[in-house]
Amino acid sequence: MTTLLPRAGVSKPGEVPASAPILRERGQREVFCGLTSIMWLHRKIQDAFFLIVGSRTCAHLMQSAAGVMIFAEPRFATAIIEERDLAGMADMNDELQRTVARLLERRPDIRLLFLVGSCPSEVIKLDLGRAAERLSQVHAPHVRILNYSGSGIETTFTQGEDACLASLVPGLPEAAPEAPSLLVVGALADVVEDQFARLFEQLGIANVGFLPGRKSGEMPSVGPNTRFMLAQPWLKDTARALEGRGAVHLPAPFPLGAEGTTAWLKAAADAWGISPARFASVTDMPRARATRSLQRYLPELSGKSLFCFPDSQIEIPLARFLSREVGMTLCEVGTPYLHSAHMRPELDLLGPDVQISEGQDVDRQLDRCRAVRPDVSVCGMGLANPLEREGLTTKWSIELVFTPIQGYDQAGDLAELIARPLMRKGRLAV
Amino acid sequence: MQLTVWTYEGPPHIGAMRVATAMTGLHYILHAPQGDTYADLLFTMIERRGQRPPVTYTTFEARDLGSDTAEIFKRAARDAVERFRPEAIIVGASCTAELIQDDPGGLARTLGLDVPVIPLELPSYSKKENWGASETFYRLVRGLARPSLRQKKSGGARPVCNILGPTALGFRHRDDVREITGLLAHCGVDVNIVAPLGATPSDLQFLPAADFNVVLYPEIAEAAARHLEKEFGQPYTRAIPIGVGATQDFVAEVCELAGIPMPDLSGYMSNLPWWSRSVDSNYLTGKRVFVFGDATHAIAAARVASEELAFTVVGLGTYSREFARPVREAATDYGIEALITDDYLEVEAAITALQPELILGTQMERHIAKRLGIPCAVISAPVHVQDFPARYAPQMGFEGANVLFDTWVHPLLMGLEEHLLGMFREDFEFHDEAGASHLGSHAAMPEEAPVATTESATPSLVWTHDAENELKKIPFFVRGKARRNTEAFARDQLLDTVTLDTLYDAKARYGR
Repeated sequence: MTTLLPRAGVSKPGEVPASAPILRERGQREVFCGLTSIMWLHRKIQDAFFLIVGSRTCAHLMQSAAGVMIFAEPRFATAIIEERDLAGMADMNDELQRTVARLLERRPDIRLLFLVGSCPSEVIKLDLGRAAERLSQVHAPHVRILNYSGSGIETTFTQGEDACLASLVPGLPEAAPEAPSLLVVGALADVVEDQFARLFEQLGIANVGFLPGRKSGEMPSVGPNTRFMLAQPWLKDTARALEGRGAVHLPAPFPLGAEGTTAWLKAAADAWGISPARFASVTDMPRARATRSLQRYLPELSGKSLFCFPDSQIEIPLARFLSREVGMTLCEVGTPYLHSAHMRPELDLLGPDVQISEGQDVDRQLDRCRAVRPDVSVCGMGLANPLEREGLTTKWSIELVFTPIQGYDQAGDLAELIARPLMRKGRLAV
Repeated sequence: MQLTVWTYEGPPHIGAMRVATAMTGLHYILHAPQGDTYADLLFTMIERRGQRPPVTYTTFEARDLGSDTAEIFKRAARDAVERFRPEAIIVGASCTAELIQDDPGGLARTLGLDVPVIPLELPSYSKKENWGASETFYRLVRGLARPSLRQKKSGGARPVCNILGPTALGFRHRDDVREITGLLAHCGVDVNIVAPLGATPSDLQFLPAADFNVVLYPEIAEAAARHLEKEFGQPYTRAIPIGVGATQDFVAEVCELAGIPMPDLSGYMSNLPWWSRSVDSNYLTGKRVFVFGDATHAIAAARVASEELAFTVVGLGTYSREFARPVREAATDYGIEALITDDYLEVEAAITALQPELILGTQMERHIAKRLGIPCAVISAPVHVQDFPARYAPQMGFEGANVLFDTWVHPLLMGLEEHLLGMFREDFEFHDEAGASHLGSHAAMPEEAPVATTESATPSLVWTHDAENELKKIPFFVRGKARRNTEAFARDQLLDTVTLDTLYDAKARYGR
């Protein structure tokens, strides 16, 4: 459809020096809004509840996305704005107060409540920040109430997690200034978190925290002697907020694959002055195991072409892994948003010849995809079956944020995720 | 503000999408922010459609607000018409765009597009999905049906009808259309246009050519049918052919509207009447069933349950507030009060209190049933990927009645198995978690959770140890009912303790 700003142009000099011209497009975007990241956040923080202040569309989105993915008692709900609220017949703040009271009565186990802004609440300029403050006073000390926006007019899919984590930063405890600490930022599967914690311990790095914590009362501390690493590529605002607390970012590639995980751990090891010998003694074995785990997928993946539609921002690290560790060729790597500083280590590894695109005009991008007919297209759920019907093989991108894929011992799982649709196609004879 | 965990219906623009996606040659320009495209997955994932829905989302962002969102809409509309070359377009706003008041209809008219433009006003903050589908279909019919194509019936020709209501993402609409088309052919009636499913905008011009309309889903097609009746004098059917009796009523109504004699249905009947009369079905007698769904399916299911399976309808309700009245009327036939709500938690509370032996509901009630360990069959939208089976499985017509018998009876315990469970409670393999043998190990669950709720409702009642132990000898699938009946009896007798005798006194009062 529309290309409002059809610009295929070279980025500003010095912005992303290592990469080819970036195709920037605007038009219809086939992506989720930031609310969708509640799907994993509400499971990650076990005593938190997410109350979307929005419309029936928001509620329907959550249920439709969840309906295909999970079906358990959720720790999220929607306060649906109705006509009488908009017409001023009901005071929206009173309504919100009543709704929150009803909710907390039903769920006395909740310790942390997020009021999550949506497109409608942003457009009518409902001040959820003030509402959260006021409600915190009512429900303190039992429940803390924070707010952030997951609206589609401001956030794309995983940016919802960024906004959520950023809202947690001001309330994090102050770290003791004398002891250096390491903070790993971004929701990870519990099993991956435990693996990383073990590796840091073996390296001799103490005081390692993870944001978000698994309970609202177990959030990590932060201070000027904290260095932080991003475990996920979508944490722009959270990083800025942590820097505001004096913490220092350790740039690194993201921990996908043997190479990415090693480089990511190395950034921490170097900052802590860990000797190369010790680093090797800790990482050599799991690294070799990761490389070994990729072997069985090489016949399926090596030499195959990949096209990534923009979805979660994990596309660039994913493409780096698939091209450098299992030998896939890259047609186009789309990302909804390109943070050039956070992505620089990835782009340096990716090399200058890869076509990266930022933003989306879905119809034009589909034209390009059909023209090159890639062996695998990584795309959202709205596009997968239509592309399959055209004979293209797809991998739903949402699995990349719902599956443990980071770290050495998940490298093989990540390759398998991409290989499975190809293997399936090879087996089917109907 | 309404606190919502799960919702029975989406916003009204989803209804419009269901109409647009059902048709070919129609395109929907939806003024909407990023993220509203989630709706595509309803059709591509849940319904497994191989094409994207014919919808263009304008995708405005925060920075566009107050500057050029109208311009974004106009470009999107122009580009979509150029790329997809539709026969007609519908234009409208989602909830967020409604707030910024860009007037998509007005904007589209200024573009001078060479296709008919049908503007939709779908108030997102007061209306819902089915209303949106109904309004969209009505607007399309009103905008496109052409009076000049109303023909006078020539003598001797077979009568002709339209089939109105089936959409994309409908509960078994695809199969219902096939079944009813076959039934109509058997009666000697030809089908002119099926709409929206499979129709093009230009097909809708020819709607007036039919003698009458068959309305399969009043939630979606009644408004359009009323318009066609008023404008073109086409009567429409009221009977919904779900179940054997209702299908016979439907055939009678069709024949009357068509002016033809009733056909011989003897070779065309359902297996349901005999299956239900065969002795094996004795165990179905009086099973307490809770029915919830859209109004059409709920009313029809209650009748089938009561008249054709000899169940006892203990609960009947709908989330379709627009159709509350007929549901209330139907409920009085069963001596109960209808539950009219779109609050999932209220439905859950009603089911917990009633402890039915079978739930006929939507995917929401399936979820409730799973938690409470009550057998359940799905009879209505909202739908899930499982509601789009690969096989032919209509709900309507005589084959539909066969499907109802199978899918409703299957989740229940089989006849003799139920007796064995009752007689040999002590058998170590008959523990509460072992459900019906044909349902797999996870099918049944203990019902202790809802019982706890029952107890808290009557805090003053105390069960003696003996009575409690005796209760445990009652099979788990009727234990909740036994406890409920016993406590009701005890309250009625102003007792504060339930003894062994109270238990059996209550049994004597209530029967099994």
